[in-house]
Amino acid sequence: MRRVAITGLGAISALGVGVPAFWDGLVQGRSGIRRITHFDPSGYLAQVAAEVPVFDPVQYFEESLLPLLDPFAQYALVAADEACRAAGLELTEAESDRAGVAIASAMGGAATQDKGYEQLYIRGATRVHPFTIPRMMNNAAASHVSMRFRLRGPALSFGTACAASAHAIGEAAEIIRAGRADVMVAGGADAPIVPGVVRAWESMRVLAPATEDPARTCRPFSLDRLGIVLGEGAGIVVLEEWERATARGATILAELAGYGATADASHITQPGTHAPAQAIATALAQAGLTPSDVSYVNAHGTATRLNDATETAILKRAFGAHAPRLAISSTKAVHGHAMGASAALECIAAVLATRHGIVPPTANYTGPDPECDLDYVPNVARAMDVGAAISNSFAFGGLNAVLAIRRADHA
Amino acid sequence: MGPVSDTLEPRVIAIIAKHKHLDPAGLTAATTFEQLGIDSLDAADLLFKFEDEFGIIVPDDVARSLRSVGDVVAGLRELNAGAAGSSRTGTS
Repeated sequence: MRRVAITGLGAISALGVGVPAFWDGLVQGRSGIRRITHFDPSGYLAQVAAEVPVFDPVQYFEESLLPLLDPFAQYALVAADEACRAAGLELTEAESDRAGVAIASAMGGAATQDKGYEQLYIRGATRVHPFTIPRMMNNAAASHVSMRFRLRGPALSFGTACAASAHAIGEAAEIIRAGRADVMVAGGADAPIVPGVVRAWESMRVLAPATEDPARTCRPFSLDRLGIVLGEGAGIVVLEEWERATARGATILAELAGYGATADASHITQPGTHAPAQAIATALAQAGLTPSDVSYVNAHGTATRLNDATETAILKRAFGAHAPRLAISSTKAVHGHAMGASAALECIAAVLATRHGIVPPTANYTGPDPECDLDYVPNVARAMDVGAAISNSFAFGGLNAVLAIRRADHA
Repeated sequence: MGPVSDTLEPRVIAIIAKHKHLDPAGLTAATTFEQLGIDSLDAADLLFKFEDEFGIIVPDDVARSLRSVGDVVAGLRELNAGAAGSSRTGTS
């Protein structure tokens, strides 16, 4: 069977530009959450977010391209550039036909859409800029990455909400396993910190309210957790067919060993436990892992009351007696919930945990909830051997996706 | 304001030249969009700028007929571009 190697990583998030800043922030538990700067959040319930800090797109993109790029596509390109460079990806013409892209976005060009609405409804305009559609379409990130890196194989975008980039990475791996491509640049990007989107999430009553210390607003699995903090950014991985990666002498960072995708098929927002546990079981089965082989779980861990308690129940259901021995952390405490970018960023965290033998903590942990009674690696990173890890993503709409990562030398 | 038509062609050329990062001296009424490498997306962006600059709305059928600098000038003149009272946000 064709196996899938991870040979490149790229990240841009509230922790900064680049994987080193991302990993350093995770391990230090250094929160990137602060008062919103993309617009004036006065009067909003949620006045904090995990915004990408100090990002000047002019430094990254030529003048002729920039007008076509909503921030979410900019983030995707920056992360893809890092991942492809790290992978040393140089494709011949023939190889380009066998290299594809799968990039998720839950919200697409939210800023572009918001600005367009402002023009129409507030300023009384009768037209919006002609680039509005190419900027806001959900596949814009996938298309720009395909153009920049000449990826002419399967090109897909996924819009499955908070699990979207897990679906993108998982399905991209399936494309490689099925022999439909040899290389896939996969992940997700989102830039949802705009008034319309923040107000919409506010109305769901799942966002954490403003607190005195913005950096500590997101507290996954803690008794006093307050809810979701929205984030933004992009996470991209380069997936390659194992033999190809080995033959060209690429550094294999980890194996994308398993993928499970299921649907609750029950409620549009409330999570269940059966289908997510099934997604974990499917991912482990494909990877040839038993529950006790898994030492680290990068949790979905949104810090809502419901998610974190339900996810705890899911892990108990999926891992049984091994559940208390899992090191579980939600890195959303520091990079926020970057929507369609989240699962990809968290997959990168899981890859690096296997590679460095360090489990990033659940930052801002303040104390146990009786409903969340597993080991969430509170506040301090843990040095430990991680032969295999999973990354959970459970989307609104009851869509679950789980990625199983195996350390490269465990293959 | 003086007669709009006298300045229309240089204004159109200035907008196109700026958009394509070209020297306006190299553009004449006979210069075609094809020669300038203006594709359909470029054209949509340019029309948006013409509408802003001249306070008009360019109907789709007119927009589709534009192939050269001269076409644009003629089309805009027909739409009374820049004339007092015209406004792209005006009621029909």
